[in-house]
Amino acid sequence: MDTAKRYLKLSGLEPLVVTPESNFINIGERTNVAGSRRFLRMIKEGNYEEALSIARHQVEGGAQIIDINMDDGLIDGKDAMVKFLNLVVAEPDISRVPIMIDSSKWEIIEAGLQVVQGKCVVNSISLKEGEATFLQQAKLIKRYGAAVIVMAFDEVGQADNLDRRIEIAKRSYDLLVNEIHFPPEDIIFDLNIFPVATGMDEHRRNAIDFIEGTRWVRANLPYCSVSGGVSNVSFSFRGNDVVREAMHSVFLYHAIQAGMNMGIVNPAMLEVYDDIPKDLLEHVEDVMLDRREDATERLLELAETVKGTKEEKKADLSWRNEPLQDRITRSLVKGIDAFIETDIEEARQSVVKPIEVIEGHLMQGMNVVGDLFGSGKMFLPQVVKSARVMKKAVAYLLPYIEAEKGHVASYNGKILMATVKGDVHDIGKNIVSVVLACNNYEIIDLGVMVPPEKIIRVAKEENVDIIGLSGLITPSLDEMVFLAKEMQRQDFKVPLLIGGATTSKAHTAVKIDPQYEQTVVHVNDASRAVTVVGDLLQKEKKEAYRTQLKADYKLFREGFLKRQKVKEYLTLEEARSNKLALDWNSNEILTPNRLGIQVIDELDLHLLKDYIDWTPFFRSWDLHGAYPEILADSLVGPQATDLFKDANIMLEELITEKKLKAKAVFGLFKANQVNDDDIEVLHNGEQTYFRTLRQQSKKAEGRPNLALADFIAPKTTGLQDFIGCFCVSTGFGTETLAKQYERDHDDYSSIMVKALSDRLAEAFAEYLHERVRKVDWGYAKEESLTNPELIKEQYKGIRPAPGYPACPDHLEKIAIWNLLKVEETIGVSLTESLAMWPAASVSGYYFGNPQARYFGLGKITEDQVKDFAERKNISITEAQKWLQPNIIE
Amino acid sequence: MHIIEKLLRERILVLDGAMGTMLQQYQFTEEDFRGERFKDFHKSLKGNNDLLSLTQPEAIAEVHRKYFDAGADIVETNTFSGTTIAMADYELEEFVYELNYESARIAKEVAQEFTLKEPNKPRFVAGAMGPTNKTASLSPDVNNPGFRAISFDQLRIAYKQQAEALIDGGVDFLLVETIFDTLNAKAALFAIEEVKEERNSAIPVMVSGTITDASGRTLSGQTAEAFLISIAHIPLLSVGFNCALGAKQLAPHLEVIAHRTELAVSAYPNAGLPNAFGAYDESPSQMAEQIEEYLDKGLINIIGGCCGTTPDHIRAIAQLVTNYKPRKLIQNTTVI
Repeated sequence: MDTAKRYLKLSGLEPLVVTPESNFINIGERTNVAGSRRFLRMIKEGNYEEALSIARHQVEGGAQIIDINMDDGLIDGKDAMVKFLNLVVAEPDISRVPIMIDSSKWEIIEAGLQVVQGKCVVNSISLKEGEATFLQQAKLIKRYGAAVIVMAFDEVGQADNLDRRIEIAKRSYDLLVNEIHFPPEDIIFDLNIFPVATGMDEHRRNAIDFIEGTRWVRANLPYCSVSGGVSNVSFSFRGNDVVREAMHSVFLYHAIQAGMNMGIVNPAMLEVYDDIPKDLLEHVEDVMLDRREDATERLLELAETVKGTKEEKKADLSWRNEPLQDRITRSLVKGIDAFIETDIEEARQSVVKPIEVIEGHLMQGMNVVGDLFGSGKMFLPQVVKSARVMKKAVAYLLPYIEAEKGHVASYNGKILMATVKGDVHDIGKNIVSVVLACNNYEIIDLGVMVPPEKIIRVAKEENVDIIGLSGLITPSLDEMVFLAKEMQRQDFKVPLLIGGATTSKAHTAVKIDPQYEQTVVHVNDASRAVTVVGDLLQKEKKEAYRTQLKADYKLFREGFLKRQKVKEYLTLEEARSNKLALDWNSNEILTPNRLGIQVIDELDLHLLKDYIDWTPFFRSWDLHGAYPEILADSLVGPQATDLFKDANIMLEELITEKKLKAKAVFGLFKANQVNDDDIEVLHNGEQTYFRTLRQQSKKAEGRPNLALADFIAPKTTGLQDFIGCFCVSTGFGTETLAKQYERDHDDYSSIMVKALSDRLAEAFAEYLHERVRKVDWGYAKEESLTNPELIKEQYKGIRPAPGYPACPDHLEKIAIWNLLKVEETIGVSLTESLAMWPAASVSGYYFGNPQARYFGLGKITEDQVKDFAERKNISITEAQKWLQPNIIE
Repeated sequence: MHIIEKLLRERILVLDGAMGTMLQQYQFTEEDFRGERFKDFHKSLKGNNDLLSLTQPEAIAEVHRKYFDAGADIVETNTFSGTTIAMADYELEEFVYELNYESARIAKEVAQEFTLKEPNKPRFVAGAMGPTNKTASLSPDVNNPGFRAISFDQLRIAYKQQAEALIDGGVDFLLVETIFDTLNAKAALFAIEEVKEERNSAIPVMVSGTITDASGRTLSGQTAEAFLISIAHIPLLSVGFNCALGAKQLAPHLEVIAHRTELAVSAYPNAGLPNAFGAYDESPSQMAEQIEEYLDKGLINIIGGCCGTTPDHIRAIAQLVTNYKPRKLIQNTTVI
């Protein structure tokens, strides 16, 4: 433990500990209205966005502390300080460093201290107005938890020679440390850097006195630091940057040796000490150290000859001057595609075979991406952008590689990816594919709705190392079980990866793993996929990993099955007798304004924008957190913000250029509950039935066993009730666009367009439901809910969807399709697993009863399966197949 | 030297477990929360656990008793949300002083009862000062990152009232805890310093931050070390972390601060990470097993539990720590 020593410790989001071994601490000063005319102008104009970019630039340029000063006669300094600091604090890439609150006005300093969480530096206080003020301010600074810069200034004036510097520093130090127990390590002296070579004799010792004063302070006032603004020293050579830069580095060279450990230095105005031409160095040192009577004249003379105009360095593109590999790596890490072809061409010319660029330069860069992602320093959207750059690079090289026939790239392994038969959702699968591809795996992506025979066949033909299956709807779970069985039967030896929204460790362990002797592993996020695949394929590890997984799943399975049995279930008959009994007499049922079916052929997408629930969108990119808070999240905030920006750009394009079509069909009908669990629907004089399922787990006293039918008035009451159903889709056009992007090697946009289509479909469902409540049914005319309130389902009535917890039976979609003629009217079809196509579609029922609420069916027992089969007029086997996930073991 | 500083050199002290988890077991209804006194109050009061100190004081005392009984040296007052800021949602601002005062009094009474019974194991009360429901350095409005829902001064004033009431009620220390946003904590510490100066009091102060997720940072974005630096400017008895993570996940962050401070180090993690249903299900023995790792490494002076922990967890922990020496403290703990 080295805590016994007293070091200056500061903090932004990250710590800054100044030890004797620390290099010189560089304080950024461009966010100072007194020092930067550009910054002053931005603040005056209220252009805080751009002012922030200056701060960011400083930090990126290596400033370890940023000095912020708003002292100007024409701005309200306190207001500007608080406003700017609040914005700085919201930018993690700036606020990671400590802040120096710089003002000559105490009220501005105090206002600044009140808005920054980290340990700041106050710049500055002094004895100028006497001891009482000095100590009172210092005491408050201590209580706010900041370090302080003490100027060498007292009641008499500024210290301008060595003795005065020593006198004021010592007096200040003693007062602070002895009177108010200010921690000495939190004291930083600014011993006044004044110009030299002004032609006036009394200025000749300005530099040397500062340097000697520094030496004295560091030797005699324990634990404190010394700082200063360096550019002042060269003030008399304004306009001659060559000389000024040499002066700064000479001054620093000597001051740092004397103990100056931090300061305000413009890195662009600094020559490397060893690179200063010998004669210039000698002349400058003569001036700095006051070594000759005529030092100033001699330097002035020399200065005339070295006057040169240095071109201004453009900081943001300076990386273009770095070595080739660094540039390629940077393009990949930052997802910049502007220069990648130029750099790849350069790389290609430097190697014998073009393939070496992929195996060397690009893989080296992608390894950096992989490491950063693996250690949580990069996030999924960034990695997908990296992949885009990688693909562009590879596409550029491909013709050259093909020209050299016979060369095969070496991958870490070959992975087959597929969304199983009957399922159409592939965002998650695509993300995992991209991330794995980034990690040098060859991906064979068979797309969506892939029949098991095809998976088996391709896996054999291509001799793949791993098979990855994905699915979003519950019937896909069975498809996966089937595939596992089939792989076992055909004696496959490769690991099976399971992923997708509907999959779970429980299902994988209980249902899939026992079917297949080889490794089965459930992976639900892209970042874990890389590690898992790595472990599965590594020769030394894979056997141990397989044994461990098998054991883990076995344990999990046993624990799971044991827990299962604890719950008690009612017979269907008992459950029915405990159904929800609403008081139908006092319940007012409102007749819909418009009964029957309506079709919306093309809805203006603009209408849907405000109905979007963004939280699931971020989740689909592995960024977890609720919108809008996620945008300010300390960890993923910046990436979420970038992603959100990209999403909105694309959304705008989709909407204004009408690249997607939104269609809907919906209807409102007379309906009544019959035989406890069925809903009899009347349309055009014909009867249709919705069959609902009833909860069977034993409930606490007074809690009903619910079925959706409970929310509709029973026929026996003699009351006429109503029900609605709908299907919306915004997926017309999605596939074409996604394919186009894929052709351009732009998986990022391809995934984005799918994710956005999904969001729009959900938004459409929300929009339509609101319209139905307010207009077509009209039972909630007065409703006025914000989008967050809609997302929280604060509306009256519900819109449960077949396949979801209240009615997990997908077969009901067929009933809706038949009633609304969904496929004939708007062209949304059902796959054999009853997934909707296009994928960006939503369907469901409308229940208007104010007591209606969402619930989960939970597990049901065989008697209900049998009863359900009879009601639906299907075989028990058929019913078992569709209800499988809900049937108790 | 305060007796607690002496004890901290001798053994590992045990803090209590969750109050909320215990109160849930009573299944208090709206009427119970209201009690006789707030029977006609115009807003729903269900869920306002702090209010139970006024309406169900026996239950609060019982929970404290259970924790002392399990072996806790220190219990926290039932005042996690005892500021005018956090109580504004219930419009109960005017009762904040009383609420803190009574909570402190109840806890102190139970503590004294135990100290009397077992004088060689004195029991203490820490006045809990929670984070409030507003953050001083984060904007609640994404479209306006410069916006702040609460100011330093508003927080300072609210915390000052809470600190005064807790001290008046008899707490032995103040515990600024579950710190999501360091700036809130700094306002609390500022207020405490004011109170200490005005009353010429030397009441020990404990600080406990919250690392919100695996990134190892507070909600306001600070690393563990940056957090430590940001609160180390006033004399403290201890510094540590609580909530959000289980004992296992907390270990690396404790290690960071244990190696960088001369203060006593505290930890009171959750009973594991929440499971799929949002409940905490790490058992007492599982949690104790994780905590043993801290003890083996000599990281800890004060240990207890947060969300999901029960007297059984505390009992397991209390038994465990008797076998271990506390983390070494340098003689002069309170750095000026």
